[in-house]
Amino acid sequence: MRAQHGIEAEGLVRTFKGDIRAVDGIDLAVQPGEIYGFLGPNGAGKSTTVHILTTLLPPSAGHARVAGFDVENEGPAVRRSIGAALQEAALDPILTGREHLRLQCALHGISRRERKVRAAELLERVGLTLAADRKVKGYSGGMKRRLDLALALAHRPTILFLDEPTTGLDPQSRSALWLEVARLAREEGVTVFLTTQYLEEADALADRIGIIDHGRIVAEGTTEDLKAEIDLPTVEAIPADGTDSAAVARILERFGERTDGSPKGVSVRLAHGIDDLAEIVRALDAEGARVADLHLHAPSLDDVFLAKTGRSLEGAQEEADAEAPEE
Amino acid sequence: MNALAIQVGQIAQRSVVRTLRQPASAIPPFIFPTALLAVTSAGLTSATRLRGFPSDSFLAFFLAFPFIQGALFATMNAGTDLARDIQTGFLNRLSLTPMRGSALIIGHLAGVVTMGFLQACFYLTVGLVAGVSIASGALGVLVILGLATLIAFAFGALGAFFALRTGSGEAVQGLFPLLFVGLFLSSMNLPRNLIQTDWFRIVATFNPVSYLIEGVRSLIIVGWDPEALALGFGFALLIAALSISASVWALQRRLTRT
Repeated sequence: MRAQHGIEAEGLVRTFKGDIRAVDGIDLAVQPGEIYGFLGPNGAGKSTTVHILTTLLPPSAGHARVAGFDVENEGPAVRRSIGAALQEAALDPILTGREHLRLQCALHGISRRERKVRAAELLERVGLTLAADRKVKGYSGGMKRRLDLALALAHRPTILFLDEPTTGLDPQSRSALWLEVARLAREEGVTVFLTTQYLEEADALADRIGIIDHGRIVAEGTTEDLKAEIDLPTVEAIPADGTDSAAVARILERFGERTDGSPKGVSVRLAHGIDDLAEIVRALDAEGARVADLHLHAPSLDDVFLAKTGRSLEGAQEEADAEAPEE
Repeated sequence: MNALAIQVGQIAQRSVVRTLRQPASAIPPFIFPTALLAVTSAGLTSATRLRGFPSDSFLAFFLAFPFIQGALFATMNAGTDLARDIQTGFLNRLSLTPMRGSALIIGHLAGVVTMGFLQACFYLTVGLVAGVSIASGALGVLVILGLATLIAFAFGALGAFFALRTGSGEAVQGLFPLLFVGLFLSSMNLPRNLIQTDWFRIVATFNPVSYLIEGVRSLIIVGWDPEALALGFGFALLIAALSISASVWALQRRLTRT
């Protein structure tokens, strides 16, 4: 079922009332069979992009082709080729898991006999066979997400859109979903467009990542490439009992700019990379500043986000939450 | 079976299953109109002594009322169900399938029609058990069921329109008191020619609900009254046509899919 076409977008723009540009000129090229992580804080434009690419929302400007079809002019063909699990698991609490799958299969034109088989197969695949005939209102968040994924796969799409699929899930459910998404891409060649606000999710799953902020892609590449762009590790020292943390900070600041670290520690981004580490240890020793622990952190995606946007992903998240209108 | 028929059938099945699995939605349309029928017909029996009152049984005269009140419940149930689908994103899920917009509305209303038909059978059975005889006979019973189902369809479409426009179950429920007032400002309690208060009589005359009630009522207490039937079916069809057109328009506005 390997896809022949992936996702392409050029100058995608979507504005809303009040001249809000939720998506502000996005270019994308996702290869068939690739897992593309779309990383950004709330309100960055991730879901709006997904809505445009899944034909639920027409773009205000620009063009996009999904599975080789134009999202504006060939909506039905796009919908036949894609599966989508949108941000909220849109399920009917009164129906059972099996009824959901049969409805979904029927609406996709799958024959009655095949519907039954396909529903059972998908329920098995997402581990919901035992709960298949229970109403969805009794499902946990993880079960709902798994059913959501199964529904998106009902008609064997070649491209899968997952909009924050693990938000609110416990670590175990999250890992299970990651495994299934990775399996779909590796074994079945499904192209996956995954939006997330979790760095570790993008890091663990995506072949390539696009970082989006204020409707624009600010960085794109493999995680290794993006981290390599930063190229500056951080070092964090936890002062030992009785050692003045200000003294430790004074020493470390000679080697780079202070960054956020743990509350007990002092953290700096090394101006000259990992080579400074030995010098730091010597300086601490020479000045009698005892440390209980010393960590070297390789650059993370958060560092990439910080470098590209001037704020951490967590900070951007808080900013977005503060800006969000009260419900 | 063609794709549209399958889609309509699936959405209709879901609509009926949803209603039957929610006793809080399924039971009131059976209980409340019947209870109001019992209370009102017991309390207003003396109205039959008014000169010109068309029946010597107030129960028979008032039996048309539950059909219309039941249809109002259809409005609420159809509307709130659809609004919930919008609010939860389920409509988006359906939009991502090849489902046609018309299948959504027709399927949804097919569920409403099924419930409306079951309600009508129930009210009729209650009336017959309570001693009402249907003046138009067995064929009249079928016509009553047909008209009642058409009225449920028309009001259901109205509920669907409000749901699609507002996207809010609360807004749809806010419509209920308004429609209920519309029901009371009709000829539900008295024939229009016996309403003494001028403004009330004028409002009841302009109120389409009066003609829906009188259409059903004529089959119960008069027999075959072509004018009452023409007006009853005519207004029901008119409301259905307007509501369906409005719903289709609202759905097109709601579904922005390309």
